[in-house]
Amino acid sequence: MFSFIASRVLQAIPVMLAVALISFAMFAYVGDPIAIMLGQDFTEAQRARLVEELGLDQPFWVQFAHFIVNAIQGEFGLSYRLSRPVAQLIGERAPATLELAFCAAFLALLVGVPMGVYTGLYRHSWLSRFFLTFSLIGVSLPTFLIGILLILIFSVWLGLLPSFGRGDVVQLGWWSTGFLTLSGIKALILPSITLGLFQLTLIMRLVRAEMLEVLRTDYIKFARARGLSNRAVNFGHALKNTLVPVITIVGLQLGALIAFAIVTETVFQWPGMGLLFIQSVGAADIPVMAAYLMMIAAVFVGINLIVDLLYYAVDPRLRVGRGGH
Amino acid sequence: MEAALRRVFDSDLWWSFTRSPVVVLSAVVALVCILGALLAPLIAPHNPFDLASLNLSDAFKPPAWDAEGEGLYPLGTDDQGRDVLSAIMYGARVSLLVGFSATIFAMLLGVLVGLLAGYGGGFSDAVLMRIADIQLTFPSILIALLVDGVVRAALPREVHDQIALFVVIFAIGISEWPKFARTVRGSTLVERNKEYVQAARVIGVPSWRIMLSHVLPNVLGPVLVVATLNLALAILSEATLSFLGVGVPPTQPSLGTLIRIGNDFLMSGEWWITIFPGVALIVMVLSVNLLGDWLRDALNPKLR
Amino acid sequence: MPANRPLLEIRNLRVEFPTRRGVLVALDDVSLAIDPGEVLGVVGESGAGKSMTGAAIIGLLEPPGRIARGQILLDGRRIDNLRYEQMRRVRGKEIGAIFQDPLTTLNPLYRVGDQLMETMLTHLPIGRDEARRRAIGWLEMVGIPAARQRVDSYPHEFSGGMRQRVVIALALCAEPRLIVADEPTTALDVSIQAQVIALLKRLAREKGTAMMLITHDMGVIAETADRVAVMYAGRIAEIGPVRQVVKAPSHPYTAGLMASIPPLDRRVARLAQIDGAMPRLSAIPQGCAYNPRCPKVFDRCRVERPDLLHAGATEAACWLYDRVPAHG
Repeated sequence: MFSFIASRVLQAIPVMLAVALISFAMFAYVGDPIAIMLGQDFTEAQRARLVEELGLDQPFWVQFAHFIVNAIQGEFGLSYRLSRPVAQLIGERAPATLELAFCAAFLALLVGVPMGVYTGLYRHSWLSRFFLTFSLIGVSLPTFLIGILLILIFSVWLGLLPSFGRGDVVQLGWWSTGFLTLSGIKALILPSITLGLFQLTLIMRLVRAEMLEVLRTDYIKFARARGLSNRAVNFGHALKNTLVPVITIVGLQLGALIAFAIVTETVFQWPGMGLLFIQSVGAADIPVMAAYLMMIAAVFVGINLIVDLLYYAVDPRLRVGRGGH
Repeated sequence: MEAALRRVFDSDLWWSFTRSPVVVLSAVVALVCILGALLAPLIAPHNPFDLASLNLSDAFKPPAWDAEGEGLYPLGTDDQGRDVLSAIMYGARVSLLVGFSATIFAMLLGVLVGLLAGYGGGFSDAVLMRIADIQLTFPSILIALLVDGVVRAALPREVHDQIALFVVIFAIGISEWPKFARTVRGSTLVERNKEYVQAARVIGVPSWRIMLSHVLPNVLGPVLVVATLNLALAILSEATLSFLGVGVPPTQPSLGTLIRIGNDFLMSGEWWITIFPGVALIVMVLSVNLLGDWLRDALNPKLR
Repeated sequence: MPANRPLLEIRNLRVEFPTRRGVLVALDDVSLAIDPGEVLGVVGESGAGKSMTGAAIIGLLEPPGRIARGQILLDGRRIDNLRYEQMRRVRGKEIGAIFQDPLTTLNPLYRVGDQLMETMLTHLPIGRDEARRRAIGWLEMVGIPAARQRVDSYPHEFSGGMRQRVVIALALCAEPRLIVADEPTTALDVSIQAQVIALLKRLAREKGTAMMLITHDMGVIAETADRVAVMYAGRIAEIGPVRQVVKAPSHPYTAGLMASIPPLDRRVARLAQIDGAMPRLSAIPQGCAYNPRCPKVFDRCRVERPDLLHAGATEAACWLYDRVPAHG
């Protein structure tokens, strides 16, 4: 068991290093930080001093090592655009994005999995066809359009829900939460649906495809041949076997949510990390972009690791057992 | 020629195609969209980019069926008096151009990598697929954003604007190649172990020849399915990037750009500026998705 | 000793597959019977319809296949026209099934003991403790060593042969009176095949269970079956006691099959074979399905399809044995 975890962790390290390299390369070669930070006029002496201060005259690998050491401590320098520590900026905005992602994921799973199971089991019912049509449309709608449509209907025409911002948030230590106020919760609804809808349809189609595969297997046929009840076959055997591979993909989807939040946050002017990232892409704010990239990579790698562990816990075939004879 | 045509119409594929009215409809719709976009300069009622023809007094006109609308502008006008319908046609042009180009780019790159990995095996396979896997763990939109952002930062603004279209195509293409590579690699592995390939090797046919004339044709089926579904994704990605303001340049607005512009007027009630381009986008992507779904089911040997 | 009524009877069974190019007939007027405690072998080439017959009996024909005509009777009751829920109760409890590939027949996520218990609890009026006791007992009976520990193992912890034994236990644990075994040893190593067949034979004898043994391996049939039915192109070519069919086959197809088995006791210059191939379902010839390949073919064979006629100790669908003169 430990060897499994250890090997997975070891595999994660080169990925992180590769991402760090890309981030750092962006830092080092794209744009001229000196010019950006000092403005238009500067003397050679000023430049030389800054270069030495920032360590820009040292060999590539030394700078890279510094970068990594700093990164691990969460130190990413100052934002070009806002002149504030990047880490602080990201930290401020993280709760907004995380809460949004959590709500969206919850919604996507709560609705997507049952819909997928239903359309897998009862392939030809009219409800299944309805769900499938709905999912097809869902996959064809870009996230931002969903947001716009929802805003149009619920904010402009019906005036029920807010179209931007988080509402009132409560500060709990470092974390700011929108769950504790009515306006906060109302503000969460439309963005969560927007963010979660795409994932919902993906999850539904995935569960359905998996379910159909499983229902065709020999062991399901054998279960039926043994006269097991429909409930035992469908919900005991088929469902369990379906959900195991679904876990992996669902886990990865959760990571994707944090990335897709970029679009949703833009539509709803949600003050999260995604909006920050977009603003920095537009302004060529490299430190923020690099930091966001590293953070996203860490999140993805971390989620991958957890999903692998979950898989291990759930599928007995992965635990190399006593073996046959 | 006649025999070939007859074979096409007699095939399982055609039968499955004509069997589903939905699929036929989406094919027709897709065709209409493509033609409309291609022929936009010829058949659009107005040219929204011809500054001379714009009339500011015609700004913010609602669609023709509304009381204040005019037949001249069937879907209304935007804040500068541009006809929404024409803007949609030109915008669809850009959207489709980027979508197709990006998909073709991703397909060429991905098929090449997949063939090399699957046929070469061993080290090259391991390395290439590892790269593909790592890239696959990140959502493509993120990769496209990143590539776009880096290029934007690396180049001065004027240069960037000139080549922005290519940058977008490149960014989206780069973000999508792993899917092609994986599919092709899998099929190549299967074909490589088949006897006819081994026979060819024994005779001494050079590897590239084998890959091109033997392996490639057998791999095209799944590639086509992936390409169709990716086309839909590419169009959506471009729309998203343009909506976020980091996609196509403002001189060549796509549907995404139009939606972004129109979004500013949503709250003040001029909904048509953003909704109609949105509907056009949905219709295009939906029909491509339907076709892709049908193609996948029709080519899936297990479902026959 | 024969009972006064067969346990399983198939009368004029016809199974069809509607396709877009027309209707394919997979089973055409198949009739056979199995007495209680008897082992009936069903042999034939791939595609002859053996597995289809088994699937029809347990009511698990893959759609769009369906029973178009005929009856299947278990102990005198029709079971081919039962609703799904009624048939479900027959399955497992009265008719057990064994499939070919032990590596895919067992659900990999469930423990072996749990799968056994689940089957028993569904059909037998016993409690969980008793079910667990019996599960261990069954594992012992099929020859799994250390049954008390292995009852909590997962399928992937067993070898192929062991897994098939588990499958046999699963098929028998609800105490059915008939087992349909579809190629139970084909996927196993040759050395294991003999063991598993011997096990099946012994258990069937001990429990008095009848068996329909579907296989393309004549050796297994010769070892295990009491009677054998030879199928060809969805029809029965010959049916009769095993010794007769093997030693003195009446139908030319059976004769060809037996002749093509290379003898172990002497060398032969060439391996005997039957020319041609079994026709595809979409292209079955008129009259006797075997007529294009039959060395003894004559005119009537090409026109009229023969019923099963008495041919010595067996029954064969061949006009050679038509004692009744044609009415003029």
